Amino acid sequence: MHQLTLTDISKALAAKQFSARELTTHLLARIEQLDPQLNSFITVSKESALQQADAADELRSSGINAPLLGLPIAHKDLFCTEGVRTSCASKTLDNFIAPYTATVVDKLNKVGCISLGKLNMDEFAMGSSGETSFYGPSKNPWDTQRIPGGSSSGSAVAVAARLVPASTGSDSGGSIRQPAAFTGLTGIKPTYGRISRWGMTAYASSFDQAGFLAHNAEDCAMLLQATAGFDERDSTSAQQQVDDYAAALSLPLQGLRIGLPKEYFSSDLDSRIGDVVNNSIEQLKQLGATFVDISLPSLPHAVSAYYVIASAEASTNLARFDGVRFGHRCENPQNLEDLYLRSRDEAFGKEVKRRIMIGTYALSTGYYDAYYLKAQKIRRLIKNDFVSAFKDVDLILGPTTPNLPWLIGSKIDDPVAAYLEDIYTVPANLAGIPGLSMPAGMIDGLPVGVQLLAPYFQEARLLQVAHQFQQHTDWHARTPAGF
Amino acid sequence: MALERCDVEKLAHLARLGLDDAQINSSTASLNAAINMINAMQAVNTDGITPLANPLEANQRLRPDTVTESNHRDDYQALAPAVENGLYLVPKVID
Amino acid sequence: MQWETVIGLEIHAQLATNTKIFSGSATAFGAEPNSHASLIDLAMPGTLPVLNAAAVRMACMFGLAVDAHIAEYNIFARKNYFYPDLPKGYQTSQMDDPIVGLGHLDIALDDGSIKRVNITRAHLEEDAGKSLHEDFSGMTGIDLNRAGTPLLEIVSEPELSNAKEAVAYAKAIHTLVRYLNICDGNMAEGSFRCDCNVSVRPKGQTKLGTRTEIKNVNSFRFIERAINHEIQRQIELIEDGGKVTQETRLYDPNKDETRSMRSKEEANDYRYFPCPDLLPVHIPREMLEELRTHLPELPTQKRERFEKDFGLSTYDASVLSASREMANYFEVVEKTCADAKLATNWVMGELSSLLNKENLDITQSPVSAEQLGGMLVRIKDNTISGKIAKMVFEAMAAGEGDADQIIEQRGLKQVTDSGAIEAMLDEVLATNAEQVEQYRASDENKRGKMFGFFVGQAMRASKGKANPQQVNELLKQKLDQ
Repeated sequence: MHQLTLTDISKALAAKQFSARELTTHLLARIEQLDPQLNSFITVSKESALQQADAADELRSSGINAPLLGLPIAHKDLFCTEGVRTSCASKTLDNFIAPYTATVVDKLNKVGCISLGKLNMDEFAMGSSGETSFYGPSKNPWDTQRIPGGSSSGSAVAVAARLVPASTGSDSGGSIRQPAAFTGLTGIKPTYGRISRWGMTAYASSFDQAGFLAHNAEDCAMLLQATAGFDERDSTSAQQQVDDYAAALSLPLQGLRIGLPKEYFSSDLDSRIGDVVNNSIEQLKQLGATFVDISLPSLPHAVSAYYVIASAEASTNLARFDGVRFGHRCENPQNLEDLYLRSRDEAFGKEVKRRIMIGTYALSTGYYDAYYLKAQKIRRLIKNDFVSAFKDVDLILGPTTPNLPWLIGSKIDDPVAAYLEDIYTVPANLAGIPGLSMPAGMIDGLPVGVQLLAPYFQEARLLQVAHQFQQHTDWHARTPAGF
Repeated sequence: MALERCDVEKLAHLARLGLDDAQINSSTASLNAAINMINAMQAVNTDGITPLANPLEANQRLRPDTVTESNHRDDYQALAPAVENGLYLVPKVID
Repeated sequence: MQWETVIGLEIHAQLATNTKIFSGSATAFGAEPNSHASLIDLAMPGTLPVLNAAAVRMACMFGLAVDAHIAEYNIFARKNYFYPDLPKGYQTSQMDDPIVGLGHLDIALDDGSIKRVNITRAHLEEDAGKSLHEDFSGMTGIDLNRAGTPLLEIVSEPELSNAKEAVAYAKAIHTLVRYLNICDGNMAEGSFRCDCNVSVRPKGQTKLGTRTEIKNVNSFRFIERAINHEIQRQIELIEDGGKVTQETRLYDPNKDETRSMRSKEEANDYRYFPCPDLLPVHIPREMLEELRTHLPELPTQKRERFEKDFGLSTYDASVLSASREMANYFEVVEKTCADAKLATNWVMGELSSLLNKENLDITQSPVSAEQLGGMLVRIKDNTISGKIAKMVFEAMAAGEGDADQIIEQRGLKQVTDSGAIEAMLDEVLATNAEQVEQYRASDENKRGKMFGFFVGQAMRASKGKANPQQVNELLKQKLDQ
C-alpha cells in the first residue's frame, strides 16, 4: 500500500480495495517502525489521523467519492494546525499548540485528507539541509549519512521513504524544490500568492509560498487544485483564477519552446548533474519540445539579493517571539531587557540568529540603501530577466541544484557555502514565478532533480511537462533501498 | 566595511539576542563572511532601477469595516508563559 | 536676551472605525482586558494583516479637509522596536509614502486674527496596547485591546510660536476630526493625543534650536502648561550655559513639569522598511472626488459663513462653529428667531453658562434649540422683556415646558396697553408723592438720577411685565407735566 502514489490511492479507495483506516494504520505503523532512523516527523497525530480516516470511510460508504477523500498526507511543521503542536522546528515554539488552522491545511482537511502529523524542517525554514532543526536533522533515505535538503526536509524524507504518499512544504528560496531533487521527488513551488499564506509561519514574507512534495506531477496537480486560490485573509493572495491542472497533464509537448539559461550551466554545476539535465533535454525533445539558449544576466547576484531581503524580512518577522504572549520564556527574567535577551537567545538556533543579525544589519541606519534597497533593485533586474525571457520561451529548464546532497555536518560551519547551493532555486522566489523539480537521474545512488520554471500562474505548464516526462521515464518511481 | 565586535554587539542588542562572548566572536566571523558574499552585488549597476518589494506588484485589497472576531482570550492565553486577571505579565516596565 | 519659540505638534487621532486597522476585532474602549485581542492582534505565528477600508477613507477625508496632496499610492512600513505592548515587535506605520501629504489649516487666534498652519503630512498607523503598572506581583500587565486600533498621525510644520497658538491649532484639528466624524475626540480615553516638539532660539536667529519632544499630552490645558514649562526650562538651561539635548520628555501634570524618559534614551534605530505583508495602497482619483462631494461643511467654512451671513465677529463665529453640534444648535436658534445677534448673545451667554454650570455638552442641553429660538421670538415681538426672558429660560431649563407655556402659566406676558400702564404709573406716583415733588424741584442733572427710581418702582409694581420702553416714555410725560 505504501508504494502507491496519491492518485493510485485515490483510485483504490474509490474501488474499495482497502479502507482509509487500513491505509492509515499501515502508514502509522511504518512511521513508528522506520522514522526513528530518519527523523522526518516532529509530531505524529495517531489518534486524530485514525479519527479522520474513520470519518472518511464513513463518508465513502455513504456514497461520497471525492478524489482526495481519505488520502493521508502530512504537513510541514510551520503550518498552523489547531490543537496540534506547531513548532517550526524551533525551541521557542516547542510548546506551541496552534490555536487555529492554516488555510492550506484547512482546505485539505475539508476535501477529506487525513493528516498523519507534522514534519521536520529547518528551524523557521531557514536552511537548506534540515540540519538547523531544534529536533535534529532528518536523514536522506537514499543515504542516511546525507542531508535530504531543506528547509522542507521532513516533508521530503517522509514521502521518499514512503511513510506518507505526499506532503505540504514551503519554498522561500528553494525549500521544496531542492529537497525534492535530493530525495527523488516531484516538488512544486507555485507562483507567489497562488496558495494563501494565512497560517503559514512567516520566514520571508515576500518569498514564502506553500507547495507540495509527492511522487509525481499528477499527485502535485491534485493537491494544488485543492489548495490554490484567493484567500481574503492574505493581502498578498492572488486574485487570479485557478486553472484545471489535471486537464493540462495530458496535453502533448509539441511546439513547446523551452529556454536553457546559460547561467544555469556555469562551472559551479557538478558536470554529472549537467549530464542528467542533458539527458532530460533529449527526452523532452523526443516528446516534441524545442530548446533555445537564453540568458538571465542578473542571475549570478540572486543569492546575494535573496539573503539580504529574506534575512531583513525574517529579522522582523521573528521579533514577535519575545516570550510574552506565547513561546519560550527564560527562567526568572530580572527585567524586561533580560526577558527579551535571554528568551530569544535561548529560543533560536545558530542559523536563525545569524539571519536575524544579517537582516538587522541590512536594515540599519546607514546600510539600508547599500543592502536592502540595492537588493530590491537587483530583485527587479532578476524579475525583468525572467519577464523578457518568457517573451520568447514557454518554460525554462535547468538543474535544481549545483551539487548532490552533502554529508550531514559537512557544511554546518560554512554557512556561505550552504547559501551558494541555492543559486538555482532562489531566482524563482525573487521573481515570484512558479517552479518544479522532478527526478531525472541518479548519480552514485543519489537522486538528481531537473528544474522547470514557468511564467506567473502557469503551474499547469510545469505539471504538463513533468507529467509527460514521467510517462516516459521511471526516475520518479524509484524507492530507496530498505523503504 | 568589515564588522567589528562592537558592531555585532550593537546588532545583537537591536535584535534583542543576548549573545554571549563566544557567540559574539563566532557571529562576527560568520557575519563578515556572509556580508562578503553579499557585497558581490555592489558591483551591479542599478542606476534608475525601481526597487521591487513584492513580486506580484498588485495593489492592497481593502477589508470592509465589519467585526469578524469574537473573544477567545482564554484559549489564547493558555499559550502564554504568564497571565493574571486576563493580562499578559512581563517584568516591571519603567518609563 | 530675547527668545523665540518654535513648536510643532504630532497629533494622534484614533479613527472612529468599528474594527482595527488590520484585523476584524472591535475597537471598543473599556472592555475586559485582552477580550478584543484576536490572533492577528496578538501576532500569532502565521497571521497576516488586511487593511480596513474605513481607515483609508477617513484618512482621505482628513486629507481633503486640509486641502492636502493625496498621492495615488501610499505604503505601509514596519517600524521595528521591542516593547511588550507591541505584539509583532514592530509597529505597522507609514514612513516615506504617507497617505496624506502637505496640507494646511487656518486657525482663529484669540486676538481675532487668522493663522495658516501647514500640515507636513498625516499617516495611518496602528496603536499599541497598554501597559498597566499596578502591581501584579511586581510585574507589569499588558492589555492588547487597543493594539491595532487605527491612528491618524497628523504632523504639523514647526510653525507655532507659543503655547496658546499650539493649543488653538490642536483645538482646530480636534474640531475638524469631529466634524468629519473620523474621531470621537475623547481625550480622556486617549482617542486624541498630542506630542509637542518644542525648541527655543534667540530672536532673529534663523537656525532652529535643539528640540525636545513631550510625549502623549492628553488635554488642551496640559498642552499649554507642558509647552510653557518646557520653554521656560530650555531658556533657563541655555542661559545658565547649558545645552538642550534632543530627547523625549514626559509631562507630569501633578508636578507641572516635564522629565526625561530614561528608558528611551538609547538611540533607537527603527529600521523602517516596506511591510512585505501589505501591498501599496492605491487611492483612485474617483474615490477622492466621491469623498469630496460627501464632505460636510468644515469648521473654517462654517466660521466664514457665520461671519459673512450673520455679521458675527471672528471670535463669536469660531466659538459657535467649534463643534458641529454647537453650530447646528446655533443655526436652529437663529433660524427660529431670525435674529443672529440675539441668537448669538443667548447661545454664547445664558446657554453656555448653563451648560458650563451643569457640566453638560451641547447635545445634552436641557433647553432645545427650538425652545430657545421660540423664546427669542417672544422677546422680539415684545411679549416678554429680556429680563423676564431670563426667568423663562430658567423655567425651560427646569423642564417646565416651552416659552409660550411658561409665559402663559406664570402670566409673564408683557403689559403694552398704555391705559393700563398709565393707571399703574399714576398709582406709583401717588404713593411716592414726596419723591415726585423732589423730582420736579430738581435740576436736569439730578432728575436723571431720580428717574431711575421711578422706573424701578414702576417695574416692581408691574412685576416686571410692563413694557420698559412704554414705562419710560409715559413716566417722563407724567413727571414732566
